[in-house]
Amino acid sequence: MMETDQLIRTLAADNAERARPVGFVLTLALVAAAPVSILMFVMTLGVRPDVMTAMHNPFFDLKFAVTLALAIAAIAVSLHLSRPEALLRGWALLLLVPAGLLVAGIGGEMMVPQRLPMMTRLVGHNSRVCMLAITVFSLPLLAGALIGLRHGAPARPAVAGAIAGMLSAGLAATMYASHCTDDSPLFVATWYTIATALVAAIGALAGSRVLRF
Amino acid sequence: MRDREDEWTGLMRLAISGDSAAYHRLLKAVTPVLRAAARRGLARAGQPVDQSEDIVQDILLAVHLKRHTWDAEAPFAPWLFAIARNKLIDALRRRGRRIFVNIDDFAEKIPGEPAAETAPAGEVAAHLQSLPARQREVLQSIAVDAASIRDTAAKFSMSEGAVRVALHRGLASLTAKLREQQ
Repeated sequence: MMETDQLIRTLAADNAERARPVGFVLTLALVAAAPVSILMFVMTLGVRPDVMTAMHNPFFDLKFAVTLALAIAAIAVSLHLSRPEALLRGWALLLLVPAGLLVAGIGGEMMVPQRLPMMTRLVGHNSRVCMLAITVFSLPLLAGALIGLRHGAPARPAVAGAIAGMLSAGLAATMYASHCTDDSPLFVATWYTIATALVAAIGALAGSRVLRF
Repeated sequence: MRDREDEWTGLMRLAISGDSAAYHRLLKAVTPVLRAAARRGLARAGQPVDQSEDIVQDILLAVHLKRHTWDAEAPFAPWLFAIARNKLIDALRRRGRRIFVNIDDFAEKIPGEPAAETAPAGEVAAHLQSLPARQREVLQSIAVDAASIRDTAAKFSMSEGAVRVALHRGLASLTAKLREQQ
């Protein structure tokens, strides 16, 4: 037997218990998951050997700006959505920042003469590895993100899960970008985006189950 | 209405800063509003309205365990109603009805009608039986016997810290069990 008044008394007695903010728990969970993804990356692909010269190529650097912008925007949006009364609304615009960087990059690439034709740059050398690697490396991070976000109270768990997917894809793509020799923004816009969409879909599916509170 | 909601926000700020009496008053104050909304939701879904109490208890537990997601700079009522709406939708879905729950349901005035019979809640009580003995005893001591943390600690020869831990774990696993049954 538990009357509502009795339950209320019990909850009030538990008022001293203070939970950590969602941002703190999410950070911990991501920090715990990151070594797993990093290890997977280092053991299989690793950083490309000519990375020191590649860094002088602005299109190589742009990849990191895009993937980090995606990760940071998605972290901000998922923390926002961890509050039950939060609406996506203007916050979705944050996710357009990485897209905007890509569009600017594609425009920039058009301005300078290229050795390879557009389609060749888009198709790249290892699009299949790219999609597979980003997806697989993002899974431990996605698990961490979901564990962290379970601490919140998202009103729409599938949406929150999809954003968690983008977050982990952004981080995994940041690693993968240091391996990948396809630096054309056209390649990034195509294959990185497909991988991100895939991870977002996995995140939405998982989120609709585990992020309900 | 405004006044009422401002008062809630004030009480919740006090609660967060450690004032358990304010927290108790707040939960008491919001319960009739939650109950009225749950009854409206049940009625609209063609369900017996006297089943509202399980939903009310489910909402209260979620409010308690998710209160760290409330932004102390923001008004309390929209946060509360978002939690309540979420739980009400879950409860109605569990009862096999798809229904649109309007957020305004929660903002309406409590109807002046004399409260019709409300059946006692059974779900929390049922799950209470499946908790580990220590957690169950602590919860019952505080809930049913209205014992303080200190008295409960003395009764079971536990430290007050251990009572607090058992209490919190008990509430958290009750909530988890309520979620699993969905």
